[in-house]
Amino acid sequence: MSKTTQAPKALRGVGNYIDDRFHLAKTGEKNLRKVFPNHWSFMLGEIALYSFIILLLSGVFLTLWFKPSMMEVVYDGSYERLQGVPMSEAFASTLHINFDVRGGLLMRQIHHWAALIFVASLVVHMLRVFFTGAFRKPREINWLIGIAIFTLAMVEGLFGYSLPDDLPSGMGVRILQGVMLALPLVGSYISMFLFGGEFPGEDIITRLYMLHILLIPALLLALIVAHFMILWHQKHTQYPGQQRTDKTVVGTPMFPAFAVKAGGFFFFTFAVTAGLSAFVQINPIHLFGPFTPTSITSGLQPDWYMGFMEGSLRIFPNTLDFTIPIGDGYPIVTAVLVPGLVIPGLIFGALALWPFIEQWITGDKRARNVADRPRNAPTRTALGVAGITFYGVLWLAGSNDVLSETFSIDLYLTTYIFRVLAIAGPIVGYIITKRICLGLQRRDRETLEHGYESGIIQQLPSGEFIEVHKESSAESTHVLKEKPALTSTALEEPETDDKGVENPDARKGMGKLRRSLAHWYTKDDVSFEGVEPFRGHHTQDEGH
Amino acid sequence: MTEKNTNDKNEAGADDERVVGTPTDTTEVVSEKTSAHSESEHDGPYLASETHHRPEEQQRRGEKLAALWFIIALLGGIGFLVSYFLFPPNAAGEPSIADPQIGQFSNMLLGGTLTLAMFGIGAGMTVWARNVMPHYEVASPYDELPSSEEEKSSFSEFFMKSADESGFTKRPLMRRTLIAAMLPLGLAPVVLLRDTGPLPGDQLKETRWVDGMRMYVEGTHRYLRAEDLENDPYGMISALPALDDEGYPHGISLVDQAKSVILLIKVPEEDWKPGMDEPVREGSDETHMNWTHQGIVAYSKICTHVGCPAALYERTTHRILCPCHQSTFDATDAAKVVFGPAHRALPQLPIGVDDEGYLVARGDFNEPTGPTFWEYRG
Repeated sequence: MSKTTQAPKALRGVGNYIDDRFHLAKTGEKNLRKVFPNHWSFMLGEIALYSFIILLLSGVFLTLWFKPSMMEVVYDGSYERLQGVPMSEAFASTLHINFDVRGGLLMRQIHHWAALIFVASLVVHMLRVFFTGAFRKPREINWLIGIAIFTLAMVEGLFGYSLPDDLPSGMGVRILQGVMLALPLVGSYISMFLFGGEFPGEDIITRLYMLHILLIPALLLALIVAHFMILWHQKHTQYPGQQRTDKTVVGTPMFPAFAVKAGGFFFFTFAVTAGLSAFVQINPIHLFGPFTPTSITSGLQPDWYMGFMEGSLRIFPNTLDFTIPIGDGYPIVTAVLVPGLVIPGLIFGALALWPFIEQWITGDKRARNVADRPRNAPTRTALGVAGITFYGVLWLAGSNDVLSETFSIDLYLTTYIFRVLAIAGPIVGYIITKRICLGLQRRDRETLEHGYESGIIQQLPSGEFIEVHKESSAESTHVLKEKPALTSTALEEPETDDKGVENPDARKGMGKLRRSLAHWYTKDDVSFEGVEPFRGHHTQDEGH
Repeated sequence: MTEKNTNDKNEAGADDERVVGTPTDTTEVVSEKTSAHSESEHDGPYLASETHHRPEEQQRRGEKLAALWFIIALLGGIGFLVSYFLFPPNAAGEPSIADPQIGQFSNMLLGGTLTLAMFGIGAGMTVWARNVMPHYEVASPYDELPSSEEEKSSFSEFFMKSADESGFTKRPLMRRTLIAAMLPLGLAPVVLLRDTGPLPGDQLKETRWVDGMRMYVEGTHRYLRAEDLENDPYGMISALPALDDEGYPHGISLVDQAKSVILLIKVPEEDWKPGMDEPVREGSDETHMNWTHQGIVAYSKICTHVGCPAALYERTTHRILCPCHQSTFDATDAAKVVFGPAHRALPQLPIGVDDEGYLVARGDFNEPTGPTFWEYRG
């Protein structure tokens, strides 16, 4: 232990060979010493990265046999139950992967499961970043890249899901085309160009294949690399704690510890994906049969990440549809346009804009490396929960037929319920979350002031019972004491100057809006000012 | 990563000034009580105060446990290779993965052993990191992100001087013509996409139904007669135009199927609603009722919302339901929307019988079939 092992000769040789050409010794050491803060929630993004790698590997395997062709053939392969059935070559080659390629079914299921896990981990990772304020300066651009990755991942998933050309997947493409057709003015043109003619035509699988295996993965890869390089350069945020400041990061160094931990975690991610693929069937296209535009089955469900779109298509009523009375009349199909474009636009747009809106409200221009505890930004946290509720209600609405059947509720009634929930849910979620955050803030304040409740009951000489409060650990006290006060520069400027003249900025439209938003954002915050941390000296007299 | 970056120095902290192997400031040794090593022995890459060694006993157990996991992984990996060859594909003999049941077994065995191999490696590495390696709490500075004012102004000065010297700022003719030259090239990629498909024209508005065309029961080549519905007064049959195009296994392309598939529904006399007496389209003499034949009405099967087949039919209420987004149409009332998101009624096909008693179309639909689009009324 006391003696450092000499680097093996071969390794030194390779090292010198590389360094002679790239001058990497100094950079290499610096990067291997890079520090990663320790917290489980920082592994969520890693899951996304690892499942992306799994997707690349399994996807390459699948391309060896998959034929992206819509040529209609009569199936004559190994799977007896579909022999003699007309189908596209795409579907037939997928059956081939299932029943003639060893490990083919496994790879297909790994690919599909990894896709579900990829998008799921992206979402949860993004929620972590949102709720801890890790999107704040200097990380706004990486946040935007993240949203681009999320959007592309959804599209990539939808296109990939469409490729086998089985019955449900073809219906997904049909719905996509139906949404395109509803676009005012250009709808039919866009649809004709994308499909090479009318639906379904003979080109769409080939084109989606190109997008799915070439263009979108290339974009995703580029964005993921950019995301990673920025992260590497700026370093992670960290949760508050002793020594952890906006200037200093504390954690595990890349080499040796983090490399081994992350490597192990990659294998865990792969193991979970492989385990699911081995024992939990996913997308059994041989049971669904090939796509025909005239058949359908009830209880169809898209992959989970498209569920919110499906749900909004189901519950948005047609009562707002109208026809522009020019010539023969032109329809504005709000029942398709709002769910298909406006709702995803709202969700992604709000996500993308939020860092800039929040910065505008608070006027906070400092670089923030210490993450917020969600309770310490109650308005942001409440808004986040409102967003999750909205998304979640739409997502559930996407399976209203299944819910209706499972719980024996009238189908149309579920639609009405979801319409109400989609509006009321976020409001209730906002209010409840904000109250919970403020309650937690007050408890933090109390813990800081009086110590934590030890659970020990004492009887005083007077006969009174009290619970003994004890001093929190130095770490807890530090975290509680360092709660950042919620402020906004907008509120620091006085409304009137000393001569009683109104501040022109505060009177005009945007300035006024900003002031009222700043008030809304900060008003409920529990102030910790002047709170003296508990030192264990007033147990007897102040215990309560 | 600038030259000014101080990470490499600071991550090692005060180590720079210290000869390796000599003690550090005593203040840094406070948290080292749990360490199995006294400070003077510390020879690791990071500060002693940032390195919390595991006790030797724990390390020994860790090594054994990690090795056990790696052996499990090794067995899993070997199992994976074995199970690959255990189940040959169809041509190579029994037991073949072409049988869904055996394919399922093969999948579980391949996947299960792969899981074991991956999990074993992951678990072993985690045991290694948590029991053998020290626990690190290394402090390192975040980079100071904005460059200093001098650096910024030096850069900006350099950049503008160079731009001026190149002539880009001072020679507007050259600059503007260069920008102008780029514009058509920027449009080129959009123009090149023109041939990805034909213009819509009237294609979306027309189907293959013409006056006198018989209909096949969907999925067969059997002509439909009115009597086929007669025997079942609440029945519903899905039908396609009786086409036998060469080159399609069904005799009809998917495009034509998607546009022209119909639902034939028999409605008892007393169930018709007043909506049937309205004209089939604005200004037409024909009513929806005129387009039926002996209580049989034909509607497009493709939902006017986003194009799923509206394939569910509730006999007692005569409602047609699309299972995708639950648009509901009333078959006795010109297929008007009674619930759900669809924009308009299902288009209706005029039907009758020919000399031989077979059901035929008497023309095309009253409106374009399929999802509603901008110019569908024109």
